[in-house]
Amino acid sequence: MTLSVGQSLIIIIVIAAITFLTRALPFLVFSRHKETPQYIIYIGKVLPPAIIGMLIVYCIKNVSIIKFPFAMPELISITTVVVLHFWKRNNLISILGGTMLYMVLVQLVF
Amino acid sequence: MNEKTKALKAAFPYTIPVMLGYLFIGIAFGVLFENKGYNFIWAILMSALVYAGSMQYVAINFFTGGISLVTIVFITLMVNIRHVFYGLSMIDKFKEMGKLKPYMIFSLTDETYSLLCLTEAPKDVNKNYFIFFIALLNQSYWVIGSFIGSVAGSLITINSEGIDFAMTALFTVIFVEQWLFCTSHISAITGILITVICLILFGSGNFLLPSMLLILLVLTIFREKIESKLSIEEEEVEV
Repeated sequence: MTLSVGQSLIIIIVIAAITFLTRALPFLVFSRHKETPQYIIYIGKVLPPAIIGMLIVYCIKNVSIIKFPFAMPELISITTVVVLHFWKRNNLISILGGTMLYMVLVQLVF
Repeated sequence: MNEKTKALKAAFPYTIPVMLGYLFIGIAFGVLFENKGYNFIWAILMSALVYAGSMQYVAINFFTGGISLVTIVFITLMVNIRHVFYGLSMIDKFKEMGKLKPYMIFSLTDETYSLLCLTEAPKDVNKNYFIFFIALLNQSYWVIGSFIGSVAGSLITINSEGIDFAMTALFTVIFVEQWLFCTSHISAITGILITVICLILFGSGNFLLPSMLLILLVLTIFREKIESKLSIEEEEVEV
C-alpha cells in the first residue's frame, strides 16, 4: 500500500458515491413528476434491446479481427449460443454450452 | 413457504450465469487488488460499496498514488455514465419497490440490468422480492469472488482462461430472447450497428458514450415508426 488507510478509504467512498449517482440520476430527475413522461416510458421500453446489443460488442471490444485468430473463437462461440438458444430456448444450456466451447477453443484450439 | 424464501428460490436459477461470470471476474479483481497491497477486507469493502465491475478494475490504478480526487471523480463519471441509461428503463419497474428501491438502484450493474430486462417473476411469486433477490444474489457472487481472489487467488491452478465468456454468452442469450419477443427489431439492430461503428471510429477506450448518445438519438428520431410497430404487437396480444 503506497497510500494511507484514510486516503484509500476516501478514494473508495468517492468512487462509490459517483457510481451510485450515475445509477440514481434518472430516478432523481423523474421521481418529482407523479406521472413518468410518455417519452421516457417509450425510451424505457425500446432501449433494452439496443443496450444489450451494445454490451455484446463491449464484451468483445479488445478482440482483433486482423490478427490471428481473427476473432474466430468469439464468432464461433457466439453463433453457437444463438443456435443453441433458438433450438432449446434454455438459458443455462446456451450459456454453459457456449462458455465451455469458448474455453476449449482458446485453451486448446487457437 | 414464506413469501421471501419462495422468491429467493425462484430467482436463483436465473442468476447462475451471472454467478459464473461474477465469481471469475471477482476473483481476478481480488488478485489484482491484493497485488497492490490491499487485503481481503479492502476487496470486500470495495465490492460491497462500489459494486461496479469495470470501474473497480480501473480503480485499482488509483491506489498507486499521485492521482487527484478530481481526476478520480471524472474517470468514474466517464466509465459509469452508461448506468444513467439503465435507470431510464427501470423507473416504472422499481416504482412499487418501497424500502427495497434504494438497493435496487445501487445494485443496477450491466448484468443485473440485463437479467431484469429479461425475466418476469413466475405467477405465484412476489414480483418485488423476486427482482430484489436477483440483485442481491448477483452482488453476493461478486463480493464472494473478490474475497476468494484476495485470499486464495495464487492457489487456484485450474486453467480457467475464457470462463469470462459466460458474460458475453449471457448478453447474447438476452439479446436473442428480446429478438424473439419484439416485433420491431430496429432497436436491436441499431444497438449493434451503432456500437460497432463507434468502436471503429473512437477506439475501445472511448466508444460507449458516443454509442449511447447515438442510439438514443436514432430511437428518438424513429419514435413514430417504432411505436406504430409496437402498438400493433400490443393489439395482437390483447386479441
